[in-house]
Amino acid sequence: MEFFKYTRTFNFMGKSKIAIVFSILLVLSSYVVLATKGLNYGVDFAGGTVVQVKYDKPAPIDEMRAKLKSNNIFDGSSISEFGSPQEVVIRMKTTTGSVTTDIGDLTRKSLKGTGNYEVRRVDIVGPKVGSELKEKGIMSLVLAVMGILIYVAFRFEWRFAVASVVALVHDVSISLGAISLVGIDVNLDVLAAILTILGYSLNDTIIVFDRIREGITNSRNVNLAETINESITRTLARTTLTSLTTFFVVFTLFMFGGEIIHAFAFTLLVGIVVGTYSSIFVASPILLWFGFDVKNYHVKLADKAKREAEKNKMRAQFESGVM
Amino acid sequence: MKLNYRIVIFALAIVFGLVFSMPSILQTQEGKKVTLGLDLQGGLYMLLGVKTDEATASRIKSIAASIKHFSEKKDILVDSFKFNKNSVSFALLDTDDSKTIKEFLGKVDGAKVVVDGEHVSLSLTPTEIQKTKKQAVDQAIETIRNRLDQFGLTEPIVARQGKDKILVQLAGIKTQEEEQRARELISRAAKLELMAVDEDRAGRINSMSYADAASYGDLILEDSNNPQIKYLVHEIPILDGGMLTNASMGFDKNNRPLINFSLNAEGAEIFGDFTGKNVGKRLAVVLDGKVYSAPNINERIGGGSGQISGSYTVMQAKDLAIALRSGALLAPIYLMEKRSVGPSLGADSIKASMVALIGGFVLVIGFMLVYYRMAGVIANIALIANLFIILAVMALFGATLTLPGMAGIVLTVGMAVDANVIISERIRELIYQGNSMHKAIEDGYSNAMRAILDANITTLIAAVVLYVYGTGAIKGFAITMSIGILASMLTAILGTHGIYQMLESKIQKSKNNRFWFGIKG
Repeated sequence: MEFFKYTRTFNFMGKSKIAIVFSILLVLSSYVVLATKGLNYGVDFAGGTVVQVKYDKPAPIDEMRAKLKSNNIFDGSSISEFGSPQEVVIRMKTTTGSVTTDIGDLTRKSLKGTGNYEVRRVDIVGPKVGSELKEKGIMSLVLAVMGILIYVAFRFEWRFAVASVVALVHDVSISLGAISLVGIDVNLDVLAAILTILGYSLNDTIIVFDRIREGITNSRNVNLAETINESITRTLARTTLTSLTTFFVVFTLFMFGGEIIHAFAFTLLVGIVVGTYSSIFVASPILLWFGFDVKNYHVKLADKAKREAEKNKMRAQFESGVM
Repeated sequence: MKLNYRIVIFALAIVFGLVFSMPSILQTQEGKKVTLGLDLQGGLYMLLGVKTDEATASRIKSIAASIKHFSEKKDILVDSFKFNKNSVSFALLDTDDSKTIKEFLGKVDGAKVVVDGEHVSLSLTPTEIQKTKKQAVDQAIETIRNRLDQFGLTEPIVARQGKDKILVQLAGIKTQEEEQRARELISRAAKLELMAVDEDRAGRINSMSYADAASYGDLILEDSNNPQIKYLVHEIPILDGGMLTNASMGFDKNNRPLINFSLNAEGAEIFGDFTGKNVGKRLAVVLDGKVYSAPNINERIGGGSGQISGSYTVMQAKDLAIALRSGALLAPIYLMEKRSVGPSLGADSIKASMVALIGGFVLVIGFMLVYYRMAGVIANIALIANLFIILAVMALFGATLTLPGMAGIVLTVGMAVDANVIISERIRELIYQGNSMHKAIEDGYSNAMRAILDANITTLIAAVVLYVYGTGAIKGFAITMSIGILASMLTAILGTHGIYQMLESKIQKSKNNRFWFGIKG
């Protein structure tokens, strides 16, 4: 089976202006959503308590609310369904410091008389730990981007590195916008998903860039746009296929992986779609607009090859004992 | 068909994967298995803080107790004895004693002693305060570990995190009651003090405020059973649990559980001296600030052993004995973070992620088969081998499989085929260009290699950062991702190349590109 035949080259760069306008609109609207609606930080980053309770019948949410009113430690708590009508999570901003009787125990006691229930999960994150996790999270994002930037600059060229990072910022911005729009709790798993998007989107970009690099090196054509079109066309089958297989598995994770993995899978789903799009329509045009000079690159390559040849010659001479 | 080094390495890797993943898959008794994270098997994770300030306060208190004991033994009369969080001060009635007391105080580690006429004061140096705080954390870790080791759970984890935090992980907690017991055992101060009842003023206790008591150097303590009953005791204990050598559960004559304890030589001497001098008075057995009993002293008690009676269940008495044996916590601990997952939720998570894993796996395998035919079969062999190798490596290194870790494996399934997709596309391209089968395969691999390496290394960079900065379950995601990427390089690049090389002559002879690569021609 074949999706694409390599009989003709698609003119991707011809459409790049439309794509960039589309991208800018998407990113800007993501920022608008982020600015107005904001991110819904979960307990991991904001601190607080989450108690997951499962009943043997549909959870009596109103009754539970009434019971929790009895103690003002539960002020500002919210109860919402979690995966099924039997299961709910109670979220609150408060935490307690006692090891023996914590806010989870208090919740369990307060719910007495609402039916048969089992407390399946209690997460308590003190404010100090929350801010620490946030710091670490931001740190990990920055470090990952820097590490990737350095690697790509080292393996390719600085313009490739900048183009790929712009694509990454594009992907992460849109993913965050989607998270904000849907109102997902941002916890450690969402951060992990975003870091995975970084890796994945870059993966895609690099495959395309590698082909562009190969095209530049091997062909005498100095028209970069044509080389890019040719390279993207040649990698199109791969890009589509890999995105599809990855999308399949993440989609099954989203559908069947259970409520806890939902936020993670959702973030990844958005990231895979955006990441695939951006490697073709964001990263590559930027490379073009940065004025990557093919001629200059050829000269540099020739220089490098020359140096290499000289080195080899010297080595050969040394080994044969001439020097 | 020809053997080549690639196929040999690949075969060895498959054997390795099968052998070492079997114990985890079949859940055999023997062999190393993948450890399930707390989120999958249920359990308790806690990050505890230590109130180190109180450690210095209790250090001062025990110095004060030793000064009291020393002055009584040497008949040195002291007055206006005071102590607070970091210093002790008192006055000597006879300045002739200043030399003796100075000599005694000189032996106290890390203390600054000032003797000015009859006024004597002692405070801890800043380095000593730092040291005491550090010791308090060390000691808390050691104590909690000792207690949990005796509690009977399999492999409790107690470790220092950062400078002054303690990480406790208890896997396999099955019930709410068990969790409650473990938490009480961990946090119990288990501070045993033997204190003298202030018989001179005990009669006035009901009209006395805490401040009044403090002005006499006394404390008002509640009875452990009945908070209405109060005792007036001297603030400085006769001795404390630091001199305990053993504690165990026993039964009294009515078959009620109690705790037997014994003291070391120094403790026994102090205890003997005190009881000898105070016949007819009461001695309060105080545990964590509550009076458990206050029997009359009938005679001098030598030998250094005693009992703590109270109304507790056998289980409680057992846990208390464990706590006393493992020593008191020098400083109280408090909860900073807690993650508690019930076993039923863990089982649900395993089920759900297995469904996702198998579902995703079948989809990917089916897709590769339809799209690439035999090339797809070869890629699928690599993919299956990859899964076994991930499991085997995790089992061997004792890595923990968490729920995000499962997600990492699912994701690896999607991404591991990527390398084979890239390679197969390259080979197809080269066949279309009219190259020989040998050239198509060899060039296909060498052309694809650069891109695959660069792509995998960048993903690996993200995974490593995630491992270093991630906590708990997220680390599990980084681990499975990293192992998955590395394993896919072995299986998808080296392994499949080996298979192609082995089958090359067959592929050439058949000339059926549709069968082998899913393309015309």
